[in-house]
Order: sequence, then C-alpha cells, then structure tokens
Amino acid sequence: MSTAAKMATGNVTGKSAWHKYVFTGAVILLCLWVLVPIYLLLVNTFSSPEDVSGFPKSFIPNIDTGSVEFFLNYAGVGQALWSSIKVATVTMILSIMAGAPAGYALSRFEFRGKETFRVLVLMTRAFPLPLLALPLAVMYLRIGLDDTVLGLALVHTMLALPFAVLITFSLFSGIPVELEEAAWTLGCNRFQAFVKVILPLVLPGITASAIFAFVISWNEVFAAAVLTIENRTLPAFLLQGLGNAPLHLKFAGGAVLVLPALLFIFLVRKYLFSMWGIANR
Amino acid sequence: MYSRNLPYLLLLPATLFLCIFFLYPFVLVAWQAFVSDTGEFTSEYFMEMATHWKFNTALTNTFMLALAVVPFQIALALYMATLVNGMKRGRDLILYVWTIPLGISDLAAGIIWLAIFEQTGFLNSMLQGLGVIEQPVGFLGYQSKGTIFLAIVLAEIWRATAIVLVILVAGMGLIPKEYYEAAEVFGASRWKQFTRITLPMLKPSLQTAMILRVILAFEVFAVVVALGGTNLPILMGEIYTWQYDLRDSSVAAAYALVVLAISIAFTLLIMWGLRTPKGARV
Amino acid sequence: MMVKKSLMSLALAAGLTTLGAGAASADVLFWSTQGNTVEESQAMRDQVLAGFESGADFQPSDTGPWITRIEAELQAGSGKIGVLGSLHGSLISLGDGLADLSDVNTDGVNSTFLELGKLGTDQQKYIPWMQATYIMAANKKALEHLPEGADVMALSYDQLIEWAKNMADATGSPKFGFPAGPKGLKHRFFQGYLYPSYTNSMVSKFRSPEAEEAWNKFKELWSYTNPGSTNFSFMQEPLLTEEVWVAFDHTARLADAFNQRPDDFIGFPAPAGPTGRGFMPVVVGMAVPSSAPDMAQAKELIAYLSQPETQIATLKATNFFPVVDVELPDDMPAAVKLSGAAIAAMSGAADANPGLLPVGLGDLGGKFNAVYVDSFERIVLAGQDVRAVLDDQADTLRKLMEEAGAPCWAPDADSEGACPVE
Repeated sequence: MSTAAKMATGNVTGKSAWHKYVFTGAVILLCLWVLVPIYLLLVNTFSSPEDVSGFPKSFIPNIDTGSVEFFLNYAGVGQALWSSIKVATVTMILSIMAGAPAGYALSRFEFRGKETFRVLVLMTRAFPLPLLALPLAVMYLRIGLDDTVLGLALVHTMLALPFAVLITFSLFSGIPVELEEAAWTLGCNRFQAFVKVILPLVLPGITASAIFAFVISWNEVFAAAVLTIENRTLPAFLLQGLGNAPLHLKFAGGAVLVLPALLFIFLVRKYLFSMWGIANR
Repeated sequence: MYSRNLPYLLLLPATLFLCIFFLYPFVLVAWQAFVSDTGEFTSEYFMEMATHWKFNTALTNTFMLALAVVPFQIALALYMATLVNGMKRGRDLILYVWTIPLGISDLAAGIIWLAIFEQTGFLNSMLQGLGVIEQPVGFLGYQSKGTIFLAIVLAEIWRATAIVLVILVAGMGLIPKEYYEAAEVFGASRWKQFTRITLPMLKPSLQTAMILRVILAFEVFAVVVALGGTNLPILMGEIYTWQYDLRDSSVAAAYALVVLAISIAFTLLIMWGLRTPKGARV
Repeated sequence: MMVKKSLMSLALAAGLTTLGAGAASADVLFWSTQGNTVEESQAMRDQVLAGFESGADFQPSDTGPWITRIEAELQAGSGKIGVLGSLHGSLISLGDGLADLSDVNTDGVNSTFLELGKLGTDQQKYIPWMQATYIMAANKKALEHLPEGADVMALSYDQLIEWAKNMADATGSPKFGFPAGPKGLKHRFFQGYLYPSYTNSMVSKFRSPEAEEAWNKFKELWSYTNPGSTNFSFMQEPLLTEEVWVAFDHTARLADAFNQRPDDFIGFPAPAGPTGRGFMPVVVGMAVPSSAPDMAQAKELIAYLSQPETQIATLKATNFFPVVDVELPDDMPAAVKLSGAAIAAMSGAADANPGLLPVGLGDLGGKFNAVYVDSFERIVLAGQDVRAVLDDQADTLRKLMEEAGAPCWAPDADSEGACPVE
C-alpha cells in the first residue's frame, strides 16, 4: 500500500506522472512476458499439423481443432483425469494433516532438533525422485499399495510436505501468541483455543498450502508412471511418449496439461495469496 | 511434561512420513553409492563419477544455471511484489496472471519455449517478419552454447519466478502498515523505505523463497533437455544417463548425493545468511 | 469452511473408490517402451490388441519409468507386468529376470533375430516382435543438388559429403540432418553403419587407422550438418519443417514425414564406404519377466503378436516392420512403401555389409553404446584429437568387452573368448 500512497501524494507532479507511466508500463510488460508464451502454445495447439511445422509461423491460429479433438477422444483420458483429481485431492488433505501440526510446532516451540527437522523436510526436494521410485515401488509391491490412488498420493505428499510445513509455519508465526494466551485465560484448553481462535484465522492460508500440494501432485510424472497402471494420472498417461509425438500433438498435449492447472489456479486465486495469514487486503 | 512433549507429538505425523517415504528409500539408494557388489565399502563409484569427462562440465553448468537464474528471479519477484503492493485496482487479476506459471510443469514449459526458439519457431518467424534476418537462425545449435544457455535461463525465469512471487507477496502483506506511515512522516524516500523496512522485515519469506528456489534449481532437468538437447550436460541429466542408459545405479546414486550435498550446503548458507535474530520475529 | 468440507467429502469418495478398485483385472499387462506416442498407443489398443481374446492392457512408457517398474517387480518377486516390449538394447540388461520362452511357437520368425533373442545364453530370453532399420530420407528439392554422376540409390559417403556441401552452398544453411539429440539413436549409426563401412568391424578395429579415417569423414560431413541436429531425436520433425532436406534415421522415426507428404520425400539406402554398405537392424523384442502373474497367458499374447496378420496390423500401428515372413498387402501407408523400397535396395545391394546388434554384454550394453556416443561428442562436438580420443575410448571398450566376456559378432570375425580391441 505504501508505494501507492506515495504515488497518490507524490512530491512533484511531473515526477509522479513519470512514475505512473513506468509503473503501468512495467505491469503490462510483465503480464505480456507471462502470457505471450502461453498464447503461442495455444496458437500451435489450434493450428493444423501443416501450419505447426510450417515457416514462417503465423501469430494468429487458423483454428484447427483436430489435435485437441484427438486428445479429447483419446481412450482413457477421462479416467486419467479422474485419477489425477483423486490423487491430487488426497495429497492436499494428507499434506495438510501432516504438515500443519509440524508448522505449528515449529512456530510455537523451541525444542531440540528443530533445525534438523527443517533440513530433513527440505531434503526430500533435494534428492532426485526417479532414484527413490525404485525402492518405493518394491515396497509398494510387497505391501499391496502398488497401483492405488492412496499409494501415489502418499509419495506426492512427501513432495508437498516441505511446502506445507514452511507455509503453515509462516502462517502460525504471523498470529500473535497473545491471542492464544488470551483464550487460555478465558478457560479454553490448548486444543479448544486452537480450534476456536487460531484455526479460523489460518484457514485461508491452509487452503493456499493445499493448493500448492495440488499443483505439485498434478504435475508429477515419474512416480506416477512407475507406481500406477490402472490408475494412471493424466500427466503420466499423456506424457508418455509426448517427447516422441509429432509436433502438433506435442503442443496439443502440452495445452491439455496446462489448461486444467490454469483453471484451478484461477478458481482458487483468492486463497493463494492468503497463505501468510492476513495478506489479502 | 505435557507441553514439553507436545512439539514432538505435533511433528510425529510429518516425521513418520519422511521416515517411511523418504529416509527409507533414500538410505537404500545412498547405500549403493558406497558399497560394492561384494559388500565392501568403496569410493570407487565416486571416483568413477568424478573422473568421467562430463562430470566437471555438468557440475559447472548446473552451478552457472542456478547462479544465472536464482538471483535474477529473487530480484524480479521482489520488483513484481512491490508493483503489486502499490496497486489500487486490478490487483487480483494481475496477481493471477503473474502466478499462472505456477501451474505449468517443467515438461510443458520446455515444450512452450522450444516452440519459440527452434529454427522454425516463433522468434525466427517474428525476426524474419520484421526484416531483421534473411533466413531462420539456429539458436539452439551445438555451436551456439551461449544462446542455448540464455534460452534456458529465460525459460526457467519464466517458469519458476511465480513461486518466489507468491511467497514474497504474502510476506509483504505481513509487514504492518504503520511502519510505512511512520516512515512517511519522517519523509523517507521510497527506496529508503524499501531497504530499511521491506527488506529486513521480509527476511523470513526471502529465506524460504531462496531455499526452495535454490534446491529446485539444482534439480533442473526437463527444460534443459528440451532446449539444450545433449549440448548442456547437467547433474540431473547425468543421473538419468547413468541410471537408465548406462545402467549403473551406483554411480547414479553418487551423482544424486552430490546434488543433495550441494543443496544442503546452500540451504544452511541461506539459513545462516538470512537468519532472524531471536525475538525479532513479527 | 465450505471448501474444506467439500474437499473432505471428495477425499472420502476417492478413498472408497480406491478400495473398490482392488479386484485385479485378468488382462495381460503389456509394458512397452515402443508405440508410446499417443497415436501409436491408440492404434496398438484398437487395431492390434483388440483381437486378443483373453484381453491385453497396453501400457507404454518412457525408458526411465519402464526400467524402474520392471526392476521393482523383479526385486519384489511379484507384479503385474505380463509381457515386456522393448528394444534389444534395453532387454539385454534384464537378462536374468527374463523367463525362458523356448516353448513358444516361433514358426516363420526370422532365425537371425531369434538367435539374438537368446542374448548369448541357451534360453530364448525374448522373441522378436518387430524390426526397423536405418535408412536415409530426402526432400525432393534436395535431389537437384546431388553431385554429378551420383545415384541416390547407391551413394557413397564421399558423395553424401559432397551432396551436403552442395546443399549448404546453394541454400546458405546446412541441410543435412542427423539424430544426435538426447533420444536419438546415434550410437547405432556409428556401430552399424560408419564402422562396418570403413573398417568392416564394430569392435576389434575400433582404433585402427581406417577408423580414424571414418571419423574424419564424419567430421567433414558434420561441417555441412544442421547444427540443430544435437536437438533432433526424431528426424521426421525437421524434415517436415524443412529445417533439413536430407536425413538419416530409422524407418519408424521417419514415418511421419513420409505419411504426411508422400509426394515430397524419397527414401534411399545408407551410403557405402571402402568396406561396403554397412547397415544394422533395430530389433524390438517381447519378453516375459520371471515375476509375471500369469506365465501361460503372457506366452499366449506373444504367440498372438507373432501371427502374420497381427504383425501387419502392428506395422500399420507403429511403422515397425514384421519379423515373420509375410506378404505385405497393397493398402500399406506411404511410409511403408517408401522405406520398404529403400530397405530392399540396401539389403539387396552388391556391396551390402550387414551387421548384428551386440549380444552377450548384459547390463554393460549401455556403457558399450556410450563408448561410441562419447567418441562422437568428444571428436565431433568438442573437437578433440581423433587419435587420442580413439586410444582413450578403446581402453574403455577393451575393459568392457573383457568384463562381459562377449565374443565378436558380425561384421567382426568370430573370436575365441572376449572380442579383442586391437
């Protein structure tokens, strides 16, 4: 808010106008920076195979929906989409259930092993998943978790956990301890105080952390391709061989993968920015 | 005592998770890097890795990429976050647009940027349309390592700045408005407000953002393969090669441990460099 | 709160379906690295496997997940995979985990390939499924730049270099393309084409003066090669975009170009060198892992896929050629006709010098390929001294051959014990 306030009350009018142009220009430029590549993907997606491999390329598609239709009619896409949603949803819930208590503990207590735990959580992202997939798959085959929604969701939860812990840690850190203490003096026990006072405050932020988990699960390919067969998720199902596919299908496949994620982020954008608690003003 | 055990109780679910789904497979994989087929401890696999002619190139490239990408991303995200905070209308929409890449996987990002940079891609189409070039330029050819590197840096910045942005925007929202109001009263310039209030108060978020980005930067893979082909060996690519083409999981594990060690080193460095003194937390 | 609640109920629903889906399906799981593009998988399911009565579930994947999954099943001793489908090169490393298929009916299957499928053991480790080979493809625009007196159906390496040079001079940019990308099968070019054409050998003359000449020739060709080649894994794409006019790749990876614009392209044999026209097959095999849930049913599927009609359906679906003796019907896609003509000219040529795929290397197969790829990257891309690189790589190659104890294979002369690197 500060910069805006500053701008509105700018010291020198000329300088302020100049600032405004730079400001607007920068915002527009950055929007283009994000949007143009996606637009180009869509151009290729909605072009005929000849145009996709032609040169020079037109920046306006001739609207050929053949490639997209191929994917929509591709046997199993619906089921894979459903699997993806199931896995991502379970991942969301598990990562919050395991991550939020840890985040709370990190924010409220000083205890031995705190730093070790933080580094350990981060390590999961620093070791390549493809190598972990082999022992995990052996374990799953032995205990019967192989090819289940739950099994894959557990692995995805492991990937999402650092985000869940870090985000909830910041959330709880943003809420004054005094608020909780006040509730205790009013006769609540620790748990009641948490549920009645803290939880409502952090809920939007928790949702944000859940969204991260969803996106991570949605985009994960390798573990999904190894650990599921009947229950393959959309990326694992479509991305197999996408690198080898003819150009027009490669781009259409990319779009099929990107669009649901965009839609999802659009639907939940409100929560996304509330993850540090009270950010969304 | 109840409250002394409480933190450990709260950490229990997450820890159990990490032990079963990370530590257990991790130990099995790491074991392979140290123990030979006959069951003896050996440094043979690390030697094989380190003396392979591609190792140094892969290590250097990975570092150079992280070095080129991460600082720029942090700066860009800081700038974007400041812009967003100074916005009166349309804040939600702009934020949504800027966070779109959050949902885009590295595979999809590789496909998108290949469409731009390949010889018959959009960039060449535009340059030719503008009359800048006579015929398409091969940006991604093996002699043009510089442009390949630049293309990868651009694609990575495009793809992964959003996560830094989200963390920083949220962190900025936590800084009490009163601080800025007070600064206004004393006539502090905007730059001064930024360096004296925003940056110090943003430390915890900056720390989180940097650690996450650095770790993910060392694992960069799909974008590099899409744009660089075999021209730019990187550590993750070597892990894949050793594991799946050369079928030597011991050397692959050694590589993975190198990635892990680098990541931990940087994490500790950032934690230490951006530590918040006790009692100074908001 | 609403969001949270609806999420909870969704999760519950998800949990329930998971429990419900526990019943195993009786279909044979066909775990393949081939036919893995969306179009090919669809064709494999609809055109090829639909006719298999006990039902088959075709699940293609990239090499990484493919290897990880099958290794996990072998280690766990149980799993879902019934039949494996992959290139000879990926199957050799699984050797011990593959069941003996000697009792599967293999009448009419190419006997050379069957022998390859034993992987140097006395068991039938895999049954050939389909084959391809490397040929050349050219845009018809390129033909006018052919060197004088050159016959495109019987080119030599020198003529190819001159041709590539002519095209580069005439158009201002290199128009020859080579699949040197991450997934490109470039090692097979050096093993099966360049080396046999110059040294009549793949292994034993690795560092010979003739080999040095071969690499220098290839370096010369490379200077007229599209630098984007290090990104190309499938030459059909740059051929269609006309980034390149003349390319070398295996038939299945050229098929899209032939099929999309059959009138614009021709297929022709690989070039010849001083010791003949070296060429090599690409063999895809079917194997049954020892962890297969239903051995009998898996073998049934293999027998089904070896039938002539199924082989023709497979050709249409994947652009890989049959490994059994069949008459191809007339209604074949353009790619089959164009590449078929090139293959016939290549194998029927007077100077034909066919090589075989490496056997007996076990899980060193990948490192064997890396010797050739590393030589290429060091000599051609990094510009290192040919002699020094060959001497260095020859040591690696010698160690590999001795460790594996693999005897020589064609075109190298038979050896006592491990194939020597002179």
